[in-house]
Amino acid sequence: MTGRVSFRISKRFIRVWQRNLTVYRRTWKISFLPPLLEPLFYILAFGVGLGVLVGKIHYNSVEVSYVSFIAPALIAVNIMYNAFFENTFASFVRMYYQKTFDAIMATPISLEEIIVGEIMWGATKSLIATLIMLGVMSLFGFIAYPQGLLIVPLAFLGGIAFGSTGMFLTGIVPHIEIFNLPIFLFITPMFLFSGTFFPIENLPDWAQKLAILFPLTHLVKLTRSFAFGVASLELLWSVLYLFAFSIVFFPLALFVMHRRLIK
Amino acid sequence: MDYIVEVEHLRKTFGDFVAVDDISFQVIRGECFGILGPNGAGKTTTIRMLYGFSPITDGSLKLFGLNISTRLREIKSRIGVCQQENNLDPDLDVLKNLEVYARYFDIPAKDAHEMALELLRFIGLDHRKNMKSTELSGGMMRRLVLARALINSPELLFLDEPTTGLDPQSRHQVWERLERLKSQGISILLTTHNMDEASYLCDRLIIMDQGRILVLGEPIELIKKYVGRNVIEIAEPSKELQAHIKSKGLEHENTGRRLIIYSEDGENIFHEMSSNYCKEDYTLRMATLEDVFLKLTGRELRE
Repeated sequence: MTGRVSFRISKRFIRVWQRNLTVYRRTWKISFLPPLLEPLFYILAFGVGLGVLVGKIHYNSVEVSYVSFIAPALIAVNIMYNAFFENTFASFVRMYYQKTFDAIMATPISLEEIIVGEIMWGATKSLIATLIMLGVMSLFGFIAYPQGLLIVPLAFLGGIAFGSTGMFLTGIVPHIEIFNLPIFLFITPMFLFSGTFFPIENLPDWAQKLAILFPLTHLVKLTRSFAFGVASLELLWSVLYLFAFSIVFFPLALFVMHRRLIK
Repeated sequence: MDYIVEVEHLRKTFGDFVAVDDISFQVIRGECFGILGPNGAGKTTTIRMLYGFSPITDGSLKLFGLNISTRLREIKSRIGVCQQENNLDPDLDVLKNLEVYARYFDIPAKDAHEMALELLRFIGLDHRKNMKSTELSGGMMRRLVLARALINSPELLFLDEPTTGLDPQSRHQVWERLERLKSQGISILLTTHNMDEASYLCDRLIIMDQGRILVLGEPIELIKKYVGRNVIEIAEPSKELQAHIKSKGLEHENTGRRLIIYSEDGENIFHEMSSNYCKEDYTLRMATLEDVFLKLTGRELRE
């Protein structure tokens, strides 16, 4: 083990990913339920309940029903939640309480490969949830194809962005309760103000500028556009933003985890 | 000599604190080598550097003749490690614990399955292969950790306090397995502060304190050299007896409530004293490694 973080990462990270898959497969029936049921609950609550009050909504000069407006945003929120919670709470438990990383580090797998495997797994969970939700929402006709298929690779990219951020936090929090702080300051505001439940144009000017910095704003914009059958070149900026977010936090996560575990 | 581990001027510092201070030793292929020392002596820091967990601060460290700083991955594929904590995977059952671990070494699934079953037989857990690893007793967990460390057929096995916290039955179960492994030609490097364990298993050992090596040698030699053959312990010795011992120039240690005499010829001294000072409470026994340990590292608590 060298004293500095190494970016020589071999494909052995797949072994760590496989370990998590093996565990997931033991409980997949339960793991499948939230992404299956959650959109149904939301569609019921917002479509039948709130949707009647809101009526139609103007989005990109098109009139859409409120429930079809929020449906793709729910996918985006789930992409964020799955990767972020996997690489914060779940990764922290594996690292700190179960000492799973310590055990793996005694094998030919390096710490850096463990972290890459963990982030890839977080993104995989985002992907699995997305596939299930896409299936459910397609039944209601909320997803326009073929553009809607772009949500699948997008789920993985979004998963990497939020998973890396989560892993970075896992590398610096002193104990597990501290995760409530970034959730309160980062995740919840994003959930509410990223154009999920209303267009960000409804926000005051200063808040709009702030919302543009949220990665979820871009993820929501992309999923919604793809679900509406729009795949314009202008969307590339949002894709690039998610890439940039990953490129910053991915190596940062490796760095802080190395500092935390290699002593 | 065929050395499997070569440690030269190894140092490890954490900020200003020197945990391991310029130690050198070699482990011969096929032997069981022990690192002994009180808490905080630097045993675990040393073994963690040896199995590649902790980067070295200074010095040189070679396993199988390969430099650990440059050939770590290759080295790690040829060693087995039992860390101090039972870090089994609580999310997996007993058999899967071994199979998933085998994947980390790129062992094909079919071979891994066979190897896992064979190892479960070896540690006597084949009838519990579908149990959750968290449901095992402490002794069974420890044996499973040992089996897991053997999944890649290592040439060298590292054990960091392999039997700490185990009951005597479980401890002997582990020792018996380790002896069998040794007879199969696997080299073993272990840390312990259980002197029975060291005497029982180790061909050679070092005693460390404050990051340095105090002595290196075979257990029997060390006992002979530093303590002698016998030990006489006297509880609450009288003044006359203390004066007698001093006048005879016997090598002894006074702990306040007890007087401990180290001697090559304990039987004669014992008879002589018990006939002259019969009121006293004496014990004559064989010298052990524990006597060497306490003599060299002192009797103060390490906290």
